[in-house]
Amino acid sequence: MKYMLIMRADERAVEAYQDMPFDEVIARMGAYNEQLMKAGVMVGGEGLSEADEGFVVDFDGEEPLVTDGPYGEVKELFNGFWILEVSSKEEAAEWAKRCPLGPGSKLEVRRVTGPEDFPADNEWIRKEEGWREELGTK
Amino acid sequence: MTDATTRRPPDEAAARRAVAAVWRIESAHVVATLTRMSGDFDLAEEMAQEALVEALEQWPRTGVPRNGGAWLTTTAKRRLIDTWRRRERLDERYRALARDLEQATDAPGYDPDRIDDDVLRLVFTACHPVLSREARVALTLRVVGGLTTEEIARAFVVPVATVQQRIVRAKKTLGAAHVPFAVPERDEFAERLGSVLGVLYLIFNEGHSASSGEELLRPELGREALRLARMVAELVPAEPEAHGLVALMEFTAARFPARVAADGTPVLLADQDRSRWDHGAIARGRAALARADATGRGRGAYGLQAAIAECHDVAASVDDTDWARIVLLYEALGRIAPSPIVELNRAVAVSMAEGPATALRMVDALAASGALRTTHLLPSVRGELLARLGRGDEARAEFLDAAARCGNERERAVLERKAADAVTA
Repeated sequence: MKYMLIMRADERAVEAYQDMPFDEVIARMGAYNEQLMKAGVMVGGEGLSEADEGFVVDFDGEEPLVTDGPYGEVKELFNGFWILEVSSKEEAAEWAKRCPLGPGSKLEVRRVTGPEDFPADNEWIRKEEGWREELGTK
Repeated sequence: MTDATTRRPPDEAAARRAVAAVWRIESAHVVATLTRMSGDFDLAEEMAQEALVEALEQWPRTGVPRNGGAWLTTTAKRRLIDTWRRRERLDERYRALARDLEQATDAPGYDPDRIDDDVLRLVFTACHPVLSREARVALTLRVVGGLTTEEIARAFVVPVATVQQRIVRAKKTLGAAHVPFAVPERDEFAERLGSVLGVLYLIFNEGHSASSGEELLRPELGREALRLARMVAELVPAEPEAHGLVALMEFTAARFPARVAADGTPVLLADQDRSRWDHGAIARGRAALARADATGRGRGAYGLQAAIAECHDVAASVDDTDWARIVLLYEALGRIAPSPIVELNRAVAVSMAEGPATALRMVDALAASGALRTTHLLPSVRGELLARLGRGDEARAEFLDAAARCGNERERAVLERKAADAVTA
């Protein structure tokens, strides 16, 4: 089964990372990724760029509101993710615990759904499968 | 949150699952380290199992330790010393090990390079050619994959006692043959790596086309083989065939989601809903093939089979498939790894590229040579070709012959249906 490890950090973690030499951050994450590769469980993952390059679309009001950067608006930042192929929820948890993150960081661990989670005969599900094929994102 | 609440699982069942998870991640390292220290694979495996039992007893009470792998290694080392003490062999090795343990603080020195070497030695030991294929499979799943005897027995639909016996005998055989715990020397490296990759491919094939039983697929076994193949490829990154095998498995596994219909019947390649294929797996397969090519040592048998699978996986339909390229790839494969199965597959590709008549001549030549007499594959392909040539009665006879030889119930049903369809067509 596939699990997604979603990296989230609050301001404390972001500040701590800013104080840490970039080489060290890369080295620690690199070593973790290498461990996942060498265990044969890593099947995907991406990091996200600085949060102030992003923006927020807020659905709280009548019209969606677009604002710059999430600072001050949200407590946690979504920084990147891994997708692991493991044999159990507990194995996913065990790998998540080994991630080199510090105070202010959280990993949210979610099972990635597959075709078996949806009704195969639903028209929209079938359409989506077709789109995924075109986009090569399945 | 306090340390105690994060480290202590909520109930015993959860703790046991956590032990199983740590074991799966760490067991190969534990056995490998213990084997290096003791020089005795059998004893090391036994001590590691005892440490596992101790973890199952203790962790539900004390919580999962921060470094579960180190805990298991330390516990196994203590058991090893106890065993030596009982055997009254207080030699220098034991004393050195005991000193080392006494001086060791919480976490022992962690040297990833050394651990990689140890795990590689373990893989080569478990897949040693002095063992039968069944023994290599059982031992690899148990000591490298961390599967329990029960899990292995369930996967291969054999009694637990049989698996136990295979493992015990395999360890005795390794001991009796004085198999060294070592990565083979350069002159036999390729051959021995071939044995390792062969074992993993055997496990994978059992996962994706079960040789017995009612289920067509055992996806967990296929996934485990893929995980182990990725692991080996990372341990020997300069070996093109290791990446070739990973690519082959990824491309094959990519089709798993579409291979079985909702009612459990197998769906043939031509009828599969290609939108259900796993495109992430296809991308990983292509990446693995690129890594194989990047070694600059050319594609071997697995790399070529992967390239064939890639042709299927990137095609929008059977008609869109580059069959001419597949014919060439099978020719290349036939040169470096000739086999009747390769010939048969080449005939199928030829039938798609040039039509059934040429292919039927190739299949008839194969049949005349007496090859593939016991499997259902040759009559099933021959039946297909005859049906396409409009020779319905002959096709029906071939499909029935194939059904009679087929060990998998699901596949047999498909062949019987084809036999029925052949006459009406």
